[in-house]
Amino acid sequence: MDFFNRFAIPHPSPAIYASMVAIGITVIAVIAGLTYFKKWGYLWREWLTTVDHKRIGIMYLISALLMLFRGGVDAIMMRAQLAVPENKLLDAQHYNEIFTTHGIVMIIFMAMPFIMALMNFVVPLQIGARDVAFPRLNALSFWLFFMGAMLFNISFIIGGSPDAGWTSYFPLAGTEFSESVGSNYYMIAIQIAGIGTLMTGINFITTILKMRAPGMTLMKMPMFTWSSLVTNAIIVFAFPVLTVLLLMGTMDRLFGTHFFTTTNGGMDMLWANFFWVWGHPEVYILILPAFGIYSEVISTFARRNLYGYKSMVGSMVIISLLSFLVWTHHFFTMGQGALTNSIFSITTMAIAVPTGVKLFNWLFTLWKGKIEVTTPMLYALLFIPTFTIGGVTGVMLGMSAADYQYHNTMFLVAHFHMVIIPGVVFAMLAGLTYYWPKMFGFMLNEKIGKWSAWIIAISTLLAFIPMFFSGLDGQARRMYTYSESTGFGPWNMVSFIGAAGLAVGFALIVYNIYYSTRYASRDIAADPWDARSLEWATHTPVPAYNFAILPQVNSSEALWDAKKHGHELFPGKYEKIHMPNNSGVPFIMSCIFFVWGFSFVFSIWIPLILTTIGIFVCMGLRSFEKDHGHYITVDEIKETENNLRGA
Amino acid sequence: MKELFPMKQVMGFVFSLLLTTVALAVYFLDLSLTMGMTLLLVTAFIQAAVQLVVFMHAGETKDRGAIYTNVYYGLIIALVTVFGTLLCMIWGYI
Repeated sequence: MDFFNRFAIPHPSPAIYASMVAIGITVIAVIAGLTYFKKWGYLWREWLTTVDHKRIGIMYLISALLMLFRGGVDAIMMRAQLAVPENKLLDAQHYNEIFTTHGIVMIIFMAMPFIMALMNFVVPLQIGARDVAFPRLNALSFWLFFMGAMLFNISFIIGGSPDAGWTSYFPLAGTEFSESVGSNYYMIAIQIAGIGTLMTGINFITTILKMRAPGMTLMKMPMFTWSSLVTNAIIVFAFPVLTVLLLMGTMDRLFGTHFFTTTNGGMDMLWANFFWVWGHPEVYILILPAFGIYSEVISTFARRNLYGYKSMVGSMVIISLLSFLVWTHHFFTMGQGALTNSIFSITTMAIAVPTGVKLFNWLFTLWKGKIEVTTPMLYALLFIPTFTIGGVTGVMLGMSAADYQYHNTMFLVAHFHMVIIPGVVFAMLAGLTYYWPKMFGFMLNEKIGKWSAWIIAISTLLAFIPMFFSGLDGQARRMYTYSESTGFGPWNMVSFIGAAGLAVGFALIVYNIYYSTRYASRDIAADPWDARSLEWATHTPVPAYNFAILPQVNSSEALWDAKKHGHELFPGKYEKIHMPNNSGVPFIMSCIFFVWGFSFVFSIWIPLILTTIGIFVCMGLRSFEKDHGHYITVDEIKETENNLRGA
Repeated sequence: MKELFPMKQVMGFVFSLLLTTVALAVYFLDLSLTMGMTLLLVTAFIQAAVQLVVFMHAGETKDRGAIYTNVYYGLIIALVTVFGTLLCMIWGYI
């Protein structure tokens, strides 16, 4: 019986039982639906086994949106609990679990896949390639991420969620203070997703370095591709730290090692140290692609080429290097001396310089531009002032002496939300709206889109500006309640209203997707925004091979050249195209990884050993497999091209 | 004959054997912990460099620029991480 007790929720509540039932019903509904409509074969052939970067991008997008709502529900519950003093909606344990999962879901399972979605879909198109360098590895990346996310998400109905914060600091996350399997889920699920991310990093660096269209030198790449290159370089250098760290954490929790214990020579703060060695670059992994999106959107809708291309590239490269030099600012109060803190203070404030360069470049791009305020542009314009609030408070937090006042208060929470929401979330929503027509062949409704942009922007300010004040007054983060005499009540009520507004804004986006799917015109041009770079030069919907003839490029705005300066984008004639074959191995291997992770979480050793063998068998099979891909003949290309042109 | 004989690889092999011997000597000689660890670290890094350049042909294709940029960048990040951590956790810790 003891064995089965571990699977029970240590701290159940009606809400959790309700979600168990809901998850059960959803799974049954999905299986029944697929069977009834006979879609299993379609699902397997077209999606589960696909290696097409566009479809993988769309799958990332769907996962990211699902996780956005999971994390969003957590956020609403937290703000509801704090809305009034001494609220009894959640108890301390539930609150701990919710703020932990909110952080992890939003960063690792929402923001990361959202970025991967746009990167996967856009980068190969933007550089004029037919797929990524390693298409099958790309599929494996996605499925590992997906299985990691699913493993993490079942934690709240089987065995209990992690509750030591998204940073999972030891010794709190050690077995002594976190007995349930929750923190095991944290270690293993993020490990699985992290391996996928690392593979993506390698894949995209190779793609961008080796597969650019003829004529596209590094300094002629569109800005989103540049930001992706820099981001993936950061991924490759930062994620190994996380991999090793999670492994050490797993060893501490499951095998009784003493890396992060307070006794036997362990060093508990070493976890925090290494966590942020990965964690701070991770911040830039999130923000740089977002900056890339803004660069694309702003130059498209200001109808001007991007101001200061070289300084944009230079500042990103400098940011990527500086991002590795600042991590100690996350724990200035740990007890290191003034000298150490000063060093990291200076490097931290230095990052504001290249970031400022980028902001001014965007402003100069807008200067004297013929600005057209579409939904993506509206997000970009709302981003600049709101992000600045977050950025400037970041410099305040970066001053180590002052940080003793702000550390671990709502001020910090307000700061990083004011950076991440305008920085990443606005950018992803802008990117979603901007690339939607290329992905799905119709445009999202502009009117509803603008409403949601305004509602989200105003609600962001409403939700997080009050936290600056309550934080300065001393409201600590991660506290599940507070007394009325503290006077935090009104601030938190305003925050709750803002959070509710955000929920309305996101619901409106969902409604927009529904509305546009039903009513939007399917008769749109391949280049509906009158944009400048290569991804708009191919048909909508994009054929499997992306470009029938590889484009010839002379500048970072090849399509604009073709439209305005008579540049010949597609010289030459059709030739047969070599494409990769689909494969079920990545999906199957990731499913094995899921079982592997689950066995690891609950220390069930026999299945763990079997699945480990299974994983190696999958890798071995790949080594001996002869798969040379297939060719698309000239006739097929002609037929496809004629159909698309007619449409 | 000179073109056929892989002089560089043979010398590299001899050199890496030499490095291994030096590293092994740490076990047999009665060195202090600091001395031993330093010796191991230094020989390990040289060993890795030899393998990379001589046997994994890091500089022999037109990708050499990209490969060396990666290696140096990785080295800088690793050194910053290690020494930064030492600074935070030990030297700068009061």
